[in-house]
Amino acid sequence: MFADLPFIAAAILIIIGIATIVTQHHLIKMVMGLAVVEAGVNLLLVATGYREGGVAPIFTNAPSTEMVMPTVQAMTLTNIVIGIATTALLLSFVMIIYRKYGSADVRDMRRLKG
Amino acid sequence: MIWELLGAHAPALLLAIPMLGAFATPLLGRIGRTPRNLWILVITALTFVTSVVLAAEVYTTGPVIYTFGAMDPALALAGDSGGIPVRIIFNVDAMSAFMAVFASFVGMIAAVFSLPSGKMESGRDGYFALLLLLLVGILGMVCTGDLFNFFVFLEINSLAGAALVAYRIDKGVAVEAGMKYAFLSTLAGLLVLFAVGLLYGQYDSLNIAVIAGRMQFGFLDKVALALLLTGLAMKAGAVPMHFWTPDTYSMAPSAITAFLVVASQASLYGVFRVAFSLYGLTLNYVTVGWFIIILGVLSMFVGVSMAIPQKDVKRLMAYHAVSQTGYMLLGVGVGLAVLGDPAMMESFGLTAMEGGIFHIVNHAMYKGLLFLTAGAIFYQTGTRNLNKLGGLGHSMKWTMLFFVIGALAIAGIPPFNGFASKLMIYESVFAFNPALSIIAMVVSILTLASFVKVFHAIFMGPKQERYAEVKEVPAPMLAAMAILALLTVLMGIFPQQIVDIVISPAAGALVDQGSYIASVMGGL
Repeated sequence: MFADLPFIAAAILIIIGIATIVTQHHLIKMVMGLAVVEAGVNLLLVATGYREGGVAPIFTNAPSTEMVMPTVQAMTLTNIVIGIATTALLLSFVMIIYRKYGSADVRDMRRLKG
Repeated sequence: MIWELLGAHAPALLLAIPMLGAFATPLLGRIGRTPRNLWILVITALTFVTSVVLAAEVYTTGPVIYTFGAMDPALALAGDSGGIPVRIIFNVDAMSAFMAVFASFVGMIAAVFSLPSGKMESGRDGYFALLLLLLVGILGMVCTGDLFNFFVFLEINSLAGAALVAYRIDKGVAVEAGMKYAFLSTLAGLLVLFAVGLLYGQYDSLNIAVIAGRMQFGFLDKVALALLLTGLAMKAGAVPMHFWTPDTYSMAPSAITAFLVVASQASLYGVFRVAFSLYGLTLNYVTVGWFIIILGVLSMFVGVSMAIPQKDVKRLMAYHAVSQTGYMLLGVGVGLAVLGDPAMMESFGLTAMEGGIFHIVNHAMYKGLLFLTAGAIFYQTGTRNLNKLGGLGHSMKWTMLFFVIGALAIAGIPPFNGFASKLMIYESVFAFNPALSIIAMVVSILTLASFVKVFHAIFMGPKQERYAEVKEVPAPMLAAMAILALLTVLMGIFPQQIVDIVISPAAGALVDQGSYIASVMGGL
């Protein structure tokens, strides 16, 4: 049960994130929802590589060879960097939209139709 | 010396050249417009040459393996790796090489077309840098043999694409479209990453060939497959996840739209790569094949029926792009559905796949041409509204000619290239299921009807006073359109040669999962 806890938490985070994206109307809240989904995916990645009693994956001075998986941590790190880039891009879009439309509510964004 | 170096390190240079170009562009833009434009031309041309060198290598001697950071790049399994490919590996087979060649070609055309367009606009340095980064993303996606690497290039593709869509920020609508695209791409990317995490957790590897070799097709693999297909189909713009395409394609600058079509097709390549090379025969190919076929038929039909009432010429073309994506999904889906039956594969499955893959490159040519003509019209008149346009045939004769070529090709009229690939799809799909083939033909007729309307609205009629000043577009724009038009015609006249030389090896490479795995693991 406790071993599965991180995976359950990851699933809950992803569901909360997608629910936020679907139900909220404010653009910044939607971007936050996307960030929550991303956190869930990151948690899944890190949890996948965890080993009971493992130490940090650095070979020098390691007390035993029982280590957690380094690959997933590298993947998570990469995804965090990518996530910052996307979030920054999305938030700057929100800023421009707010300046041009005077609102950051998706219901006011109906200029593209057809 | 330089050719040997280029030949040996072509897969790495294919990404390194445009990346260097992208980061140096703003610096050269400081010096002046002419050096920067020359630089863009040189970089895109070099990228194209590199991809051709790489493709020549792949088509003559078989798949090229490039291991980053290894003593010998061709060796996937280094001596100290214990028989597991631990480094990032590029696995370029015929399908990848084919995608890389035409992606870098369309990138070059898009760059040429962008040189004169919008001289008054600011921020051109960033525009070209992003265009080159988009090229990096596409080339990386099609060349990589590593799932996580694929995700990273997918994100480069998404970010550069979204920023380019929002390039015209002055009215806000372009930003709205860019926002939609960025949001959807990020979500699709996260779905893909989630699936990659699931696969890594089970098979301890990110290399596509290794995972394919160990594939069990348990419950988690099915979940991963569903996530991968949904995410990538979303990015490829297949119905019912197509809602972003009209906004994005109509708001982006025209040269970018022509290039975004290729970016979507890189995701389509991802769908095919996942279905054939990653899962292959272990998956329930009939079900997944039919899933792709249904996506394809829906895309064809919904796309074309949404296109007919459009007033905005680029929006109309965007819906047609959705509809044409359906043909590719249909052709390759039929191939997947009969993957396990050698007799059916022999008689029509392979032809259907060749038709679908041939349609990818044809679509990039004629749809690119059509978007460029729309861009030329917008450049001169400042509007995309069909009700306001008219009588341009008097002053823009060359653009009209190119538009006609593109329109006839998309409707599948001989002797243009759209006909060649559509005929292959009709014939082979008819052998599989006649109803599907009939739907495909009806969609083609509707496409023709809608383009006749567009042609009439833009070019026919008396000369209008408000467009009295309109003249032909600058030479580089005409040249870009002329090259695409020429290719559209040539590929329609010599389809058999192109299919034999380029397309059949690509389809063969997709089908043959065993040799894809062996190309990485074969040294064992």
